[in-house]
Amino acid sequence: MASPFPKPNETVALPDPLREAVGELLLAMADDEVLLGHRDSEWVGHAPILEADIAMASIAQDEIGHAVLWYSLLQELGWPDPDRMAYFRDPPEFRNATLVELPKGDWAFTIVRQFLFDFAEKVRLEALMASAWAPLAEAAAKVRREETYHLMHSRAWVLRLGDATEESHRRMQAALEQAWPHALGLFEPTPGESLRVAEGIQPPEAELRARWEAEVRPILEAASLRVPEAEPVYGGRHGRHTEHLDALLADFQMVARSGLGETW
Amino acid sequence: MLTYRIHGQVVPVPEQAPPPQEGPEYEARLAEFEARIARGEKIEPTDWMPEEYRRQLIRMISQHAHSEIVGMLPEGKWIPHAPTLRRKLILIAKVQDEGGHGQLLYRAAETLGITREEMIEALLAGKAKYSVVFNYPTPTWADVAAIGLLIDGAAVVNQLMLAQGSYGPYARAMKRICYEESFHIKQGYDAFVALATGTPAQRQMMQEAVNRWWYPALMLFGPPDRDSVHTPTLLRWRIKTKTNDELRQEFVDQYAPMVLRLGLTIPDPNLRYDPETGHWRFSEPDWDEFWRVIKGDGPCNAERMAARRRAHEEGRWVREALAAKAGRGVNGGSDGRYAMAGV
Repeated sequence: MASPFPKPNETVALPDPLREAVGELLLAMADDEVLLGHRDSEWVGHAPILEADIAMASIAQDEIGHAVLWYSLLQELGWPDPDRMAYFRDPPEFRNATLVELPKGDWAFTIVRQFLFDFAEKVRLEALMASAWAPLAEAAAKVRREETYHLMHSRAWVLRLGDATEESHRRMQAALEQAWPHALGLFEPTPGESLRVAEGIQPPEAELRARWEAEVRPILEAASLRVPEAEPVYGGRHGRHTEHLDALLADFQMVARSGLGETW
Repeated sequence: MLTYRIHGQVVPVPEQAPPPQEGPEYEARLAEFEARIARGEKIEPTDWMPEEYRRQLIRMISQHAHSEIVGMLPEGKWIPHAPTLRRKLILIAKVQDEGGHGQLLYRAAETLGITREEMIEALLAGKAKYSVVFNYPTPTWADVAAIGLLIDGAAVVNQLMLAQGSYGPYARAMKRICYEESFHIKQGYDAFVALATGTPAQRQMMQEAVNRWWYPALMLFGPPDRDSVHTPTLLRWRIKTKTNDELRQEFVDQYAPMVLRLGLTIPDPNLRYDPETGHWRFSEPDWDEFWRVIKGDGPCNAERMAARRRAHEEGRWVREALAAKAGRGVNGGSDGRYAMAGV
């Protein structure tokens, strides 16, 4: 794993209002990654097989490492430092999709969520590699390389568990029904999207969603899983979350916010 | 029933030492075996070995592996609450390493004919032991730092000795594990210093954690030599190369000054440096407590086993699914864990 603490690029300055628009995108990406990494890390010591404990620990480290990278870019644009961002904001200030804040659930839910997220990240990163803003394009290329293992991992698990036994199929189908509407929320339009699109920072979210569906649907079908008809769960990108985020952040931030010290 | 395989045959692991094998042929083989050990040669899985050597190794390596796996729990508890992103990343990596060490050790034990599944069943059935120290609680973040320095420090003292042992696969696993453990101690020390030199509240937190972990760290080396039934055999066959008491002394000599230098105290009124011997004098842990905790009556025995059993039960359908897939030849191999290991 590459260092999660990259040297910031020298020139990242952007004029307002583009700075704020790009900030919204980075915030969404960083918050998604840090919270999913946290959820993944909850399996370490509790997974179905030792190999899965080890794999989830790797994935969690990668996701949190990527969050640090996005938070660091934000810092360059004038936001507070990564720890401040992760530890000293309240739920309404988080811009993650609700998908990543849901409890870890059973192994099927964890796998399905990870799979849907990994492929969403893949299409987003591949699009951002062509971003007009060079620091973003460079970071996206770096993260995309590191995601290759995640894609193989979650795809393999989906294909294995989708139809292995009656129980595994039932659990995977239930997980997909729970996760899918929240996964659609990964593509919730965010403030500043039209400006970002106009400036060549990113393609429209609707286009990313279409690319994502084209990737995940055939794999889910091959795993004998049926994609539900469902409306997206939106709100996360605007700070409207489920109660699960309150509980998650209470866990996440309890020592940092204990008031016992400034540095740890 | 704990079993293992020799030349494809399933054999129960005896609860007691096997009756002494006899006869001139056995005596000759034993003499040759002991001569090899005396020459410093490593014994490899396909070499002849006395059954008692095999039994002792299975006992020790499986206990060691279980300690790594159960040891993921007290620290893993603090992954969600780690106070900075850097500490969170480091702690995940560390607990991950413990899982990796468990994996390496299960593999080393498998070379003796037992399977990981059998060892895990024995653990969950309460028949196999693991290090007594993991039955103590970790109520604060400072406990993570105390474990990182004192428990990992003690483990390395023990493991550096085991890396010199006579059984090849175990000694090699130990070498690699010691290498990774040195990173853990460094991180443990770093977190320890951050608290020991922090605010008064942080210092107090660290001191209380040291008070909790000092004696468990001493217990990690096992019972005193006078009560250690296994030690003479283990030394003769170089499964161990130092006694529990020798290792305990080594640990205190190394770590007591480190803790004191950071301005913290150690909860032992008898602790002092003896210039005549060049060693630190210290009080022994409460051995009655040690035996109580070993036998299952520690503060967290039930909690630790419940967590392992829950993970095992909740993961059963996953393992069944992997085995079903593997059985259909989708992934090759007969065991799902190998199928997934390649991902």
